[in-house]
Amino acid sequence: MRPVGLVLEHLWTWYRRNWRATVVSSVLMPLMFLGAMGFGLGSQIRPGPATAGLPYVVYLAPAMLVALAVQVATGESSFPVLGSFKWDQRYFAITSTPVTADQLLTAQAVWVALRVLVSGLAYMAVAALFGAFINVGALLAVPVSVLAGMAFGAWVLALAASVNDEGTTFGNVFRFVVVPMTLFAGTYYPISQLPAWSRPLAWVTPLWHGNELARAVEFGHMDVLTAAGHVGYLLLLTAGGLLLARRRFHVRLKV
Amino acid sequence: MAALLLRVVPVGSYAGRAHAVVERSALVNRRNWLLVLSGVFEPLFYLFALGIGFGGIVGDLTGPDGHPISYAAYVAPGLLAASAMNGAVHDSTFNIFLKLKYAKVYDAMLATPLGPMDVAFGEISWSLIRGGIYAAGFLAVMAALGLITSPWAVLALPAALLVACGFAAVGVGVATLLRSWQDFDLILLVVMPMFLFSTTFYPITVYPVYIQVAVQCLPLYHGIELMRQLTAGAVGWSALGHAAYFAAMVLVGGWFATRRFGKLLLT
Repeated sequence: MRPVGLVLEHLWTWYRRNWRATVVSSVLMPLMFLGAMGFGLGSQIRPGPATAGLPYVVYLAPAMLVALAVQVATGESSFPVLGSFKWDQRYFAITSTPVTADQLLTAQAVWVALRVLVSGLAYMAVAALFGAFINVGALLAVPVSVLAGMAFGAWVLALAASVNDEGTTFGNVFRFVVVPMTLFAGTYYPISQLPAWSRPLAWVTPLWHGNELARAVEFGHMDVLTAAGHVGYLLLLTAGGLLLARRRFHVRLKV
Repeated sequence: MAALLLRVVPVGSYAGRAHAVVERSALVNRRNWLLVLSGVFEPLFYLFALGIGFGGIVGDLTGPDGHPISYAAYVAPGLLAASAMNGAVHDSTFNIFLKLKYAKVYDAMLATPLGPMDVAFGEISWSLIRGGIYAAGFLAVMAALGLITSPWAVLALPAALLVACGFAAVGVGVATLLRSWQDFDLILLVVMPMFLFSTTFYPITVYPVYIQVAVQCLPLYHGIELMRQLTAGAVGWSALGHAAYFAAMVLVGGWFATRRFGKLLLT
């Protein structure tokens, strides 16, 4: 445990000095999207079956939290991890001490989860002030969003440990996976609005399961078995991604 | 005429080889084609997601000519103008800053027979070629989806290039002022709210009057209005005013960028 704590302390020491740079992308952005889509476009949307009878901004707010989680997890698992292998090679420095590769990966994954958690709480606090959350149950959406973030972020960790070319990989992941996922996996509207053939694509994504869960904990309407299915799928994805990341860390850090 | 040109343009600043700079950009991006192509897809993702997904929820909105239009037809020209802005700003700030400060591409170019005007023309041409491909692709999809109802839409392509040119000119000027990568957050902080709040996704009437006035000062608002008039075929004299906004951006931004470049590279 102690080695994991030491690596975390190292990450925190850096972050303590540089946290301002992350506020724009991890808190302000989702709030602006919530303002434009939730309040602006939402004013054109009458509460109806598609929004579960809720004002649009209330319907959107918990899903925006999950989308934010996936984005922060992706960002935090991509360039910083690749950079630690390639640019300043600090992972090699760390594992040349008694810290093992497994402990390093554990600390890195916990760090990503913490970043997601803190960004989510900050977003939720501000959004709640504007009345976008109507139910204390929404607090449960925070752990849900962390789980959904990790279910995707773990795979990005594995990818970052595998690639050596910083130029295009992450840009492509963001543009061809993260952005479409945010647009088509039930964040802005239920996937029942989309043609039937495209829905299975949303079912595969962690974001859709996170959205369903986050809305369920705030608004209800979900039986326990369905909820367990969503949680199980997200846990499975997280575990799979971490196992793959573990293999890649070991290969890359082998001396 | 030639004598006048020689007096206005300092000797040696233009060697008539801007095409070499374009050729370089094409070579560099050859391996990066997926990232280049992704510029076509991003606005299309938004168009499909919002047009189809919200289509059943939002209902019809009022078009520029007062007639109701579908949400997809409403949002598409907004996305076209916004993607012209995003592409131009990304190209003119991020890429130029990298080449200017880190890769030292321009210092290397100026050590060849190329002059600063070759570099400027070459970079602008490449940026416009890219922007033109993106806009043409988007317009083709709009036409295929039946979102274009007027021959005026042919002018949407040059309009997109004008919008891109305006943002690029200001962007290049801003790029010469940037100190480090952290400053890109500030650019993001200008571009993102503009993308979200300049009536891309919903009519300006949702705002109270004083915010309406503020939004009408933003350049993207005028780009979107221009584009909406063209794709809906409801072109009025105000279109000239919207276009003039961007012409002014090109002139002011271009003048400032030229001055800064001369200072940074030729001293």
